[in-house]
Amino acid sequence: MKTIAKTGNEAMAYAMKQINPDVVAAYPITPATEIVQIFSNYVADGEVDTEFVAVESEHSALSACVGASIAGGRVMTSTSSQGLALMHEILYIAAGNRLPIVIALVNRSLSAPINIHCDHSDTMGSREAGWMQLYCANSQEAYDSLIIALKVAEQTAVPAIVSTDAFIISHAMERLEVLEDEEVQRFIGEYKPRFSALDLENPKTFGPLDLQDYFFEHKRAQIDDFSKVLGTYNKVAQEYAELSGRYYPALEEYKTDDADVAIFTAGSTADTAKEVVDGLREQGRKVGLVRMRMWRPLPVEEIKAALGKFKAVAVMDRSDTMADFGGPVFLETRGILYDAKKKPLLTDYVYGLGGRNIDISDILRVYDEIEQVAKQGKIDKLITYLGVRGEE
Amino acid sequence: MSMKFDKPMTWQELPAGCLIDERATSLHFKTGDWRSMRPLWDAEKCIHCLFCWITCPDTAITVQDGKMTGIDYDYCKGCGICAVICPPKASAIDMVREEK
Ligand code: SF4
Ligand code: SF4
Repeated sequence: MKTIAKTGNEAMAYAMKQINPDVVAAYPITPATEIVQIFSNYVADGEVDTEFVAVESEHSALSACVGASIAGGRVMTSTSSQGLALMHEILYIAAGNRLPIVIALVNRSLSAPINIHCDHSDTMGSREAGWMQLYCANSQEAYDSLIIALKVAEQTAVPAIVSTDAFIISHAMERLEVLEDEEVQRFIGEYKPRFSALDLENPKTFGPLDLQDYFFEHKRAQIDDFSKVLGTYNKVAQEYAELSGRYYPALEEYKTDDADVAIFTAGSTADTAKEVVDGLREQGRKVGLVRMRMWRPLPVEEIKAALGKFKAVAVMDRSDTMADFGGPVFLETRGILYDAKKKPLLTDYVYGLGGRNIDISDILRVYDEIEQVAKQGKIDKLITYLGVRGEE
Repeated sequence: MSMKFDKPMTWQELPAGCLIDERATSLHFKTGDWRSMRPLWDAEKCIHCLFCWITCPDTAITVQDGKMTGIDYDYCKGCGICAVICPPKASAIDMVREEK
């Protein structure tokens, strides 16, 4: 095990190098540009055997990935924000064709207004495409998750998105422990595609027209396979822990055992919130944190079990649904808890849109308020837009 | 697995993804009945330039040994491109209304 210093983007590019995919097709977009830029250096320097396909848009990038994956290759790409939006149509095609492509993504807000900073509106807007989604809290996790995700994707034939927070993780230098190249290769194993369009001995038909007669059956089967991803993920994450000493559950609990209240959040905010939890614990306050790491497929039972313990929970949403009813994590969590035997009072904090900073004092305020909710046994304000001028 | 379309499969029986373990399955799907105009080919007038063959969007012109042999009405949609492209001096293809 080597210890190095890398930004989130460098960590993702390094994991890609060690994975050494057959094909990477990509178009640059801030703040994910660096990932493929660094990776293209590895290609130019002969450090990987990858065929690097430079394309003219993200729509083409993912289309090329689909083609390469149908041909039987191990395929990756990288994008962010508008880039993911431009891939949107092809996201469904990759997932429907069961192509285990992996995207190293940097979470960034969607225009308008134009903004290059972090929120989760890009991936949250792609939740229904049939891709596994992992949200990372730091560079170490981004590196580890890309390797885990690739193995899960290939075992389940479900494509995967691994994301970090724009600039907060993507461009911040952190201490990182990396595996040896051979260890990564041994862990992911040789890719044995289920089919290949280049197999001329066994010609097949790919991507046929599928109308009322079979479309529904194909989707039903896809949904069924998607529901098995969590089980495979748990197994692979365990194997990775044995190799690296780092274990990443689909849902992480931090100091929740005797906690009355908790924040439910994702990404880099979780690491900030852990600092706050530590401080409040020193004051004897019974607060905890639950971190959403996998958001597709939804770890439903895990969320029920984790959040059911508390009197009150504040969901932290880094995007909004435009449903006038809070963010996506809030809506889905409420849905999950609806028929839970034990459920907390649930409020939503929409925060950090377009990279608006979230600091310790903001999170302290959320804990103060959620403790108040727990104490009085009722919610005064269901949805709060945290840190936006004009709101109290 | 071969898609024969005789007995519909359940979702559990389908191969994963939109994969069909067979090639050229579009041949099973005869689309010629979409046609409202029918190209009629006159073998006497045809000079076998194969302009019709290369421009037909449905690959419905049949050719053998470099010679046009006819039109495959199982797939011809009656678009009329062949009739337009056929050299005026030959005028070997006429479009007529498709009638029962
Ligand atoms: S009418 Fe159109 S589809 Fe039919 S043979 Fe001529 S070109 Fe082909
Ligand atoms: S275009 Fe006309 S002349 Fe030429 S091969 Fe076709 S039918 Fe014959």
